[in-house]
Amino acid sequence: MSRLSFLMALVLLLPPSAVRAGEIRIAWLSMPAAVGRAPSVLDGPPPRDLGLAGLRLALADNNAGGRFVGQSFRLAEMEPGAGVAERLAKEGIRFAVADLPAAELLRLADAARDSGLVLINAGAEDDILREAECRANLLHTVPSRAMQADALAQVLVRRNWKKWAMLVGPAPEDQARAAAIRRAARKFGARIVAERPWTYTRDAQRGAEGEVAAVTRDWSYDVLMVADETNEFGDTAPFNTFDPRPVAGTQGLAATAWHPAHDQWGAAQAQSRFRAQAGRAMAEKDFAAWVAGRAVGEAAMRARSVEPSRIAAMLRSPDFALPVYKGRTAGFRSWDGQLRQPMLVGWARNVVTTAPQEGFLHPVTDLDTLGTDKGENACVSR
Amino acid sequence: MRVALTVAAAIFWGGTAAAQTAFVSNEKDDSISVIDVKAMTVANTVKVGRRPRGITLSPDFKHLYICASDSDAIQVMDTATLKVLHDLPSGEDPEQFVLHPDGVRLYVANEDGNVVTVIDTRTRRVIGQADVGIEPEGMAASPDGRVVVNTSETTNMAHWLDADSLALIDNTPVGARPRHAAFEASGRRLWVTAEIGGTVHVIDAASRAERHVLSFAIPGVPKDKIQPVGLKFSADGRLAFVALGPANHVAVIDVQSLKVVKYILVGRRVWHLELTPDGARLLATNGISGDVSVIDARTLAVVKTIAVGRYPWGVAVKP
Repeated sequence: MSRLSFLMALVLLLPPSAVRAGEIRIAWLSMPAAVGRAPSVLDGPPPRDLGLAGLRLALADNNAGGRFVGQSFRLAEMEPGAGVAERLAKEGIRFAVADLPAAELLRLADAARDSGLVLINAGAEDDILREAECRANLLHTVPSRAMQADALAQVLVRRNWKKWAMLVGPAPEDQARAAAIRRAARKFGARIVAERPWTYTRDAQRGAEGEVAAVTRDWSYDVLMVADETNEFGDTAPFNTFDPRPVAGTQGLAATAWHPAHDQWGAAQAQSRFRAQAGRAMAEKDFAAWVAGRAVGEAAMRARSVEPSRIAAMLRSPDFALPVYKGRTAGFRSWDGQLRQPMLVGWARNVVTTAPQEGFLHPVTDLDTLGTDKGENACVSR
Repeated sequence: MRVALTVAAAIFWGGTAAAQTAFVSNEKDDSISVIDVKAMTVANTVKVGRRPRGITLSPDFKHLYICASDSDAIQVMDTATLKVLHDLPSGEDPEQFVLHPDGVRLYVANEDGNVVTVIDTRTRRVIGQADVGIEPEGMAASPDGRVVVNTSETTNMAHWLDADSLALIDNTPVGARPRHAAFEASGRRLWVTAEIGGTVHVIDAASRAERHVLSFAIPGVPKDKIQPVGLKFSADGRLAFVALGPANHVAVIDVQSLKVVKYILVGRRVWHLELTPDGARLLATNGISGDVSVIDARTLAVVKTIAVGRYPWGVAVKP
């Protein structure tokens, strides 16, 4: 029996549901986003395809290049929850991109521990997922709160705006945000000279004019930091401080992985490609999901293989370098699975600057001045 | 008598040099700066379509082709009157192009359309389209006219197309974000710059296999600010000039040894390069500083910086 006919016999034996030759399936897992308690009247409900639209674009991009090398990519939308790890394994899907809360992500990562799944977090900013609760099969394309705070801190410190006052919102994630800001202040030589929780329980939209001024009246500071992820009061802080001071943090000047006004380094092309496909501007979560999908595509092309274990190895290779429209290539940190990438620092209408800022040095790459570095990081699972 | 000869020679030489005109596309000003190369001053500024980027001259230098990216058009300018004569159909978002050695066919990279469009500049018709990777950018035609190469910035490949049938011959993976491609005059090798990869890839044209990867190091410049974009060979083919983007330098490479022999400091975010037809001067567009560096191609020193419009992008020079 010739080798060819043996191979043909083998192909015939495969079940019809098996993955097509040269095809890589990538799953998308998300839960409906909880709407903030006090959103701005300017914000409608969050788009239903938040994140997913970015992954769709990545797959289209992957397929455009993949057809030259015999690789194709297909999306599999899956319901998260109990049994999803088994369903992924049964379908032979080895890559999943997720916008899920931290607890849900960990449950899935643990359930899929022995199935070879690579789970890419494109939604949860929790630092703990990169530290004590890190997982070997979990990568992150969305920046951690520590990365965001570090990027913002570098920009403020470089401007010599080093005295920060901080207002901390009532939500549990506001505590995590405040912790990241305190840590960044210590790391880069800024000082938190005053701090208070936001306890005003009536409608901030109506009451902030007096309240923010009253709270900040006795403080002597350069910048008012707000840690307010649910936007309880943050949008009302600018121009309501007693002294004329800029606002930064979760509102005002903020550090993100993507920005709708970003147009440098070819980003104009990515923005218009996304807008043509999704009919709206690209949000940070769309970008994180796009990066996740493109990372798998680029790794497959560089590995010249559709074999999941080879793609996974390429993703984690120290030489893996993915262009992400920010002037420098991105890659995954070996110690916590976080994507190292430049950050955009801006306000609603403009990208003011990028981080890392010039002058913040690092022995290996200044991109690792953002977030927890090797050595200070508490991740021990890998 | 000798004085008269010298004067005559000076007038003659001055006459030819004075006729040298450089055209620079200003991406954010929607204009073309027209430079008197001898005087090294801007003689004129002409409004054109939106977001002009790649520009090139017809072989007889009578026409300047302009990629007006956001107008989705290629404009044809009369280089004598500086009037836009007509538009060519271009496909969506034309960014760069190459005029085939036949002087007729224009191969256009449509950045938003993921295709290469071929235009007959005589009949002003689209005569073909080829699918390529995401964000097509660099375009090169082999000197024998048989092959056209396109680079796609997000797929990170050089695509080799049959110039006549537009059939895809091969794909060569290169570094991240390939921006520009150029054949050596012999047609033996193709050079591709990779902006984010920070590399220049030298590819054997016959086998389409990569033979050499050049990288750069400039003291005091962070490695990832070295972003190669434009590339131009010297008139004698011995040197290659590579614009290094936000590294603010032009690298000079010995084509034989493939070694960098010099880095020339120019303006901020140096983008594209062009030689004067006599090969004596190299012009470099500096996007962020909004000027053009004039480099002596023999001494490799900057002799003058000329302020132009906002975000100068492409450059073309006629005798």
